[in-house]
Amino acid sequence: MIENTDAKGTSRRSLLQSAGLVSAAVGLVAAVPAGAAPVRRHTGGATASDVAVMQGALALEHEGIAAYKIAGGSGLLSPEVLAVALVFLGHHEGHRDALAKLIARSGGKPVEPKSNDEYIKSLNIAALKNQADVIRFAAGLEQGATNAYVGQVAALQDKATAHLFGQLGADEAVHWALLNNAAGGTVPKAAFLFS
Amino acid sequence: MLRILATAVVAGAVLVVASLAAAAPAAATGEAAAGQALYLARCGGCHSLDANRIGPAHRGVVGRRVASVPGYAYSPALKRLGGVWTPARLDQWLQGPQAVAPGARMFLTVGDPAVRRDIIAYLAANPATP
Repeated sequence: MIENTDAKGTSRRSLLQSAGLVSAAVGLVAAVPAGAAPVRRHTGGATASDVAVMQGALALEHEGIAAYKIAGGSGLLSPEVLAVALVFLGHHEGHRDALAKLIARSGGKPVEPKSNDEYIKSLNIAALKNQADVIRFAAGLEQGATNAYVGQVAALQDKATAHLFGQLGADEAVHWALLNNAAGGTVPKAAFLFS
Repeated sequence: MLRILATAVVAGAVLVVASLAAAAPAAATGEAAAGQALYLARCGGCHSLDANRIGPAHRGVVGRRVASVPGYAYSPALKRLGGVWTPARLDQWLQGPQAVAPGARMFLTVGDPAVRRDIIAYLAANPATP
């Protein structure tokens, strides 16, 4: 499924093929940590309010990471889909690292993840019965995450933090697009898919 | 992990059936039906009807006392706010949570009045379970 990879990750073409052809889910293997993307450096300047926004974003990334790991470890995913999921997991781990670093540099204490048991319960992960379920579930999380990032940019005071949120939202939008396609979903006709 | 998942599968299946049954009335009205998809897309990153996640569970929020969901760690700002979540107040909240309760943990805003109306209709269509 994932054919040509460079030192930093999987080619876009491979991912599109993977998500489109498999037409199934997403997930991850807890025992196989994916390589996190390099953490982008941002200069200081985040306000206390910005830190609060980032804490929510970090909590969201913790949840996403747990969801991918738990669902991936369930054995519901084919190797091909799992490979794509691991790429996405790596992105979320990169997001987590960037947010945690910026929060700490701005004087905050990065929020910690909940336990896997808590995530299994709150996300109702046990209801996922097959690969298609996992894909739809992951697509929903990614859609919500994209809107969460896009919908909070205007609240940010620091331009570097706003730029980071733009990056984060764009990554989530790519995830959603691939998963939505794999799930057989349609693309909304109206412009501004996220707001 | 697998043991936990196996146990949770059974419980989860029951929850799913219960949730679907409880959500059925939400599709009965036009606004609420549209609001369901909008809720999932716009609020689903942090919220669910039946679980505390980044934000508190939403089932029964219309008519509920502010900051009263058991098990959710509210900000001091929300604890101080007081009162009840009415549709009108939720509409204000979605326009600017920081204006309603400065220091609240929510910063996301929903600018489109029609979207807010549909989301609130969906929430109103999902009252607290007895």
